Amino acid sequence: MPQILLPAMSPTMEEGTLAKWLVAVGDVVKPGDVIAEIETDKATMELEADDGGTVTALLVAAGTEGVKVGTPIITIAGEDEAQAPAPTPAPTRQPAPVPAPAQTAQAEPVEARAVTAPELATGPTRRQTVREALRDAMAEEMRADQTVFVMGEEVAEYQGAYKVTQGLLDEFGGGRVIDTPITEYGFAGLGAGAAMGGLKPIVEFMTFNFAMQAIDHIINSAAKTLYMSGGQMRCPIVFRGPNGAASRVGAQHSQNYGPWYASVPGLIVIAPYSADDAKGLLKAAIRSPDPVVFLENELLYGQSFDVPEGDHVVPIGKARIVREGTDVTLVSYSIGVGVALAAAETLAADGISAEVVDLRTLRPLDRATVLASLKKTNRMVVVEEGWPTCSIASEIIAIAMTEGFDDLDAPVLRVTNADVPLPYAANLEKAALVKADDVVTAARSVCYR
Amino acid sequence: MATKEQLLDMYRQMVLIRRFEERAGQLYGMGQIGGFCHLYIGQEAVVVGMQAELKRGDSIITGYRDHGHMLACGIDAKAVMAELTGRAAGISGGKGGSMHMFSVEHGFFGGHGIVAAQVPLGAGLGFAHKYRNDGHIAVTYFGDGAANQGQVYESFNMAELWKLPVIFIIENNQYAMGTSVNRASAEDQLYRRGESFRVPGLQVDGMDVLAVRGAAKLAVEWVRGGNGPLLLEMKTYRYRGHSMSDPAKYRSREEVQAMRDKSDPIEGLKKEIIEAGHADEAALKAIDREVRDIVAESADFALEAPEPALSELHTDVLLGTY
Repeated sequence: MPQILLPAMSPTMEEGTLAKWLVAVGDVVKPGDVIAEIETDKATMELEADDGGTVTALLVAAGTEGVKVGTPIITIAGEDEAQAPAPTPAPTRQPAPVPAPAQTAQAEPVEARAVTAPELATGPTRRQTVREALRDAMAEEMRADQTVFVMGEEVAEYQGAYKVTQGLLDEFGGGRVIDTPITEYGFAGLGAGAAMGGLKPIVEFMTFNFAMQAIDHIINSAAKTLYMSGGQMRCPIVFRGPNGAASRVGAQHSQNYGPWYASVPGLIVIAPYSADDAKGLLKAAIRSPDPVVFLENELLYGQSFDVPEGDHVVPIGKARIVREGTDVTLVSYSIGVGVALAAAETLAADGISAEVVDLRTLRPLDRATVLASLKKTNRMVVVEEGWPTCSIASEIIAIAMTEGFDDLDAPVLRVTNADVPLPYAANLEKAALVKADDVVTAARSVCYR
Repeated sequence: MATKEQLLDMYRQMVLIRRFEERAGQLYGMGQIGGFCHLYIGQEAVVVGMQAELKRGDSIITGYRDHGHMLACGIDAKAVMAELTGRAAGISGGKGGSMHMFSVEHGFFGGHGIVAAQVPLGAGLGFAHKYRNDGHIAVTYFGDGAANQGQVYESFNMAELWKLPVIFIIENNQYAMGTSVNRASAEDQLYRRGESFRVPGLQVDGMDVLAVRGAAKLAVEWVRGGNGPLLLEMKTYRYRGHSMSDPAKYRSREEVQAMRDKSDPIEGLKKEIIEAGHADEAALKAIDREVRDIVAESADFALEAPEPALSELHTDVLLGTY
């Protein structure tokens, strides 16, 4: 009896919602017929039958959320296999059982997902994904300021390639939520020009990998104009989108541009980890009179955190202690914070108390918080989902050397991705990405344990 | 038809640009201006003719050959010259230099040093006008060299798609540095470059300020009328090198001289003014003298003004405090 398993419908999909069955038990389907609608973290997609036959059982009820990739969802008997129809299961909100993980090569970031920031905000909060928090930040700022608009590829009718702009078109209309052609250099420049002309654009790059086509406008047009004009001409613009490695998308789609942009005077560079910071910092970025590069992470979009209710704005340029500790400081940003938190958990079991600092803003860098933590622990490891050479880690090490030398009891170490283009093969990708185990090893080493 | 006052004003502006640029060339030779310095001599009719049809509140943007555009926007010659000499009184406080000058007050958005980068920026200025529905337009100047950059076509596409109020102006001075249009452009009739994006184009004699003004009037009406962008190819010519360090090996002295003798925009307008009886030689000479005084004063000012304070090194990087 051939079963159809829930397929992975995007590079990062691990589970989906079985939104709707389009066939019923007893129906005869032909190859290519649409049998179900599956909602992923990115989109609602149609599932087609590969082979024809008679539907003998629906194994997962319509409306079931959290169906793991690889779960059998339907059986279709071939023409020569006459079977009695099985009963349809009742709808359930419980995640479907997982027979076997289809994706065996999930790298460390997944492990990090279980860890949430311990620093909880005071006052009422609500549980939100990073994706929802980013959308709310944009929507709130667009309500407050008519000059704020969002443009990019698939931001409007498609509802965002990663669903970050979901619902914005409905609320704000096509004049303020603008689908662009695939023309990064052009629309980055057009956005920068609109900012010079007095508007406050949010330019979404489908990923920052594509922004390399537009980097001239981010740096030469947006970042330098205020200085070159002697302070006359502003360019208040936010360039945002996912940055860093996703999952199995290969070298050209897996790069962390944090160090690139953080080296440019005239830019603000933000790379949040949690949903509350994503929201609060995006709101601050949109309000900033300066050009901002806002680096998100695809693997974090679906993670949930407690987000304060109301007008939650987080100051730019301030790091956050996400876990207090006394023996060693783990400095990180973006998805690396999850890796550091996972390592801290392991270290705690070994009796090593690790403090985790989330930089949140990469430029201007909060040197004071980094140095204060170093003064407290005297040992430091930088955790970065990116290449080691000329990295944010390099910068933190330079700061520790030049401004915190007397506080150091050991050399500052960095734990990063391997110094190679990111490979595709599951085992190689896993080997290349930053891992909590390596952070644990490095932390032990600087503690001489 | 242009009135007497308009004709004399265009004459005065073209002479001002010519004399200003000549003086800038001299100061460069004296080592008072550093780096790159791209002179507009020969192309004066383009910006002066265009500017005659624009309104206050419209936006102008261009590349690095920008001194003429600044003067035509009504920006004080002293502030421009002092920027060239890198002084605090320069319009960018001495931090921009020849290629990076701006005046938000005058609707002049630069002054951009990356070839063709001003084209999407200009489309963005047009986008802002349309977004605000303020009735203003953006005028985006670029050269025949820039016309081969991909982002120009990305801009044409979006501008037409969204019917942005933008006039794209190719100042075709026939050489991109030392490469003639024919050696770089498969389609050398540059006014046709918008065709695949349905952007209408016109070719204009950019050495004739009245022809430019006529085209400008038509283009402004079209664009202000909500019809989307328009492309004007201005056939013009620069008498000087691409920048101050130009080997001048790519064209003959005779070619340049022939242009000066037969097509000079200032001489052409002068002739029209005299023939129409609007002014005589003496009246025009009076304008020349007035302009010479302005330029001499700007040069003196630019040489005497102090350099920026060292404390300015770290200002204007960011506006906010973080």
